[in-house]
Amino acid sequence: MANKNIAQINNPILSLEDLKIAYDSSKYAVKGINAGIKKENITAIMGPSGCGKSTMLRAINRMHELYPGIRTEGQIKLNGEDILKMDTIAVRRKIGMVFQRPNPFPTMSIYDNVIAGFKLNGVKLKKAEKDEIVERSLLDVALWHEVKDTLHKKGTFLSGGQQQRLCIARALAFKPEVLLLDEPTSALDPIATSKIEDLLVKLKKNYTIVIVTHNMTQAARISDYSMFMYLGELVEYDKTKNMFTNPVDQRTEDYLTGRFG
Amino acid sequence: MSIALDFDNGSLVAKRKLKNSIFKVGMIILSILTVSPIVLIIYELIVKGFRQINIDFFTQNPPDTFEAMMAVSAGEVIPGGILNGLTGTLLMVLMASVIAIPVGIMIGIFLYENPGKIYSNIIRNLTEILQGVPSIVLGLIAYLWVVKPITGGYSALAGSVSLAIMMLPLIVRSTEESMKMIPDTLKEAAYALGVPYHRVVLKVLIPSSFGGLFTGILLAVSRVIGETAPLMLTTLGNPMVNWDITKPTSAMPLLIWEFYNDPNMVDLIWGTSLFLMIFILIINLISKQIAAKKKIN
Repeated sequence: MANKNIAQINNPILSLEDLKIAYDSSKYAVKGINAGIKKENITAIMGPSGCGKSTMLRAINRMHELYPGIRTEGQIKLNGEDILKMDTIAVRRKIGMVFQRPNPFPTMSIYDNVIAGFKLNGVKLKKAEKDEIVERSLLDVALWHEVKDTLHKKGTFLSGGQQQRLCIARALAFKPEVLLLDEPTSALDPIATSKIEDLLVKLKKNYTIVIVTHNMTQAARISDYSMFMYLGELVEYDKTKNMFTNPVDQRTEDYLTGRFG
Repeated sequence: MSIALDFDNGSLVAKRKLKNSIFKVGMIILSILTVSPIVLIIYELIVKGFRQINIDFFTQNPPDTFEAMMAVSAGEVIPGGILNGLTGTLLMVLMASVIAIPVGIMIGIFLYENPGKIYSNIIRNLTEILQGVPSIVLGLIAYLWVVKPITGGYSALAGSVSLAIMMLPLIVRSTEESMKMIPDTLKEAAYALGVPYHRVVLKVLIPSSFGGLFTGILLAVSRVIGETAPLMLTTLGNPMVNWDITKPTSAMPLLIWEFYNDPNMVDLIWGTSLFLMIFILIINLISKQIAAKKKIN
């Protein structure tokens, strides 16, 4: 089913094959999506509210399994291996996720939040290893210089933008192959937002990033590839530059020009 | 006919002001009536009981009737104390907590994780019914389950079991309620890091709701610490300090009952009641402090 509006990605790190997700038996929120995600690039998923973009993203690290009743069909392949058949815990360690609202663990310090993935999984690390991971991850998210003197304060004392960068650092501590972000800046002010955008552009050297965003200009600013979803379908998928200058589908054009959404 | 409110009408305004003040005074009187029993109780206990509170009170066992009678007739403070009751209460409440806390927290988490399921509703309703079971009936049950078949006689263990059953519904309820306060996003954050279920429960859910859990536990403790009826049927009492959980043991409320039955020990009734009351009051105050401090925002 080669759709001319869908870009073909060679050697994708992630590929979605006929992915369908249903919240109840009859109604699909995501209706058969086929797409590849290019390695070490930023792929933005856009679309109006309720189009299934977050639903699709959350399927990639199997968040839906927390809620009984949500059904996922089709395949999601990470380096050719179907993650729906892999061990959930292994999947989530390879595919990190950052949520809409910053959610550092309120009982933990900044330091412990960064290594929360190791701590909570009961991985024993030496002090030097921990220090190294904390410093590297916080440097990655450009938070190190802001918090290096207050590492043992609670993470919830930080500002919203700092908390969100802390959450990204927490996801990066595991060195995941793919980083999923579900509207990570929708709860932040413009300055915090631009810091996170700069950070994502830097991070794509080492990580594959998939970001869901409400904000078209954000997608235009930072992404290499863009998907436009509408009513559970992938309408158009192309290089961001092409999509924003020359959308093929009428619906994409309408959305990008603000006629709906 | 005009039905508009006339705010310039002086007599109408005065009437309203009067109604307002009557209402206010009524509320103040009723509030005072509500708090006055507790104030009067504490006042009576302090006036009648403070004389008995001394070092001996915490380090000695109760006197025998003769000693008490001599002291009373000489107008002195009754010698001896409530060490056996203090240690017995400590032992039994501690054991009851060891039984009830893990079980109660696990049931609470189960109910929180499976809301709306038929079996959760059944469990929830049954724990609520359990809360309404008269404590003397729980004493009978512990007598039947523990005193006769296990310890072969009155024992601290049987007392603890009856107290634990009383604590359970309170802990289950408070656990479920405080788990509900945790935002879903926190759970998702942990799962997104590949943390398995049991570790999410132990390392994220329980620490994040610690304030609520602790408050629930303290309230459950303060609820059972003054229970008398089930202990009468299960531990009976003991004139000496006892740490053997298979033997009859004393407890503070049991001592109050025993002192009540001895005309020479009147002052000890008040002293023990005062101490028990203050103890429970302190537990309640601490739990309120913790609940206020540890709220998740």
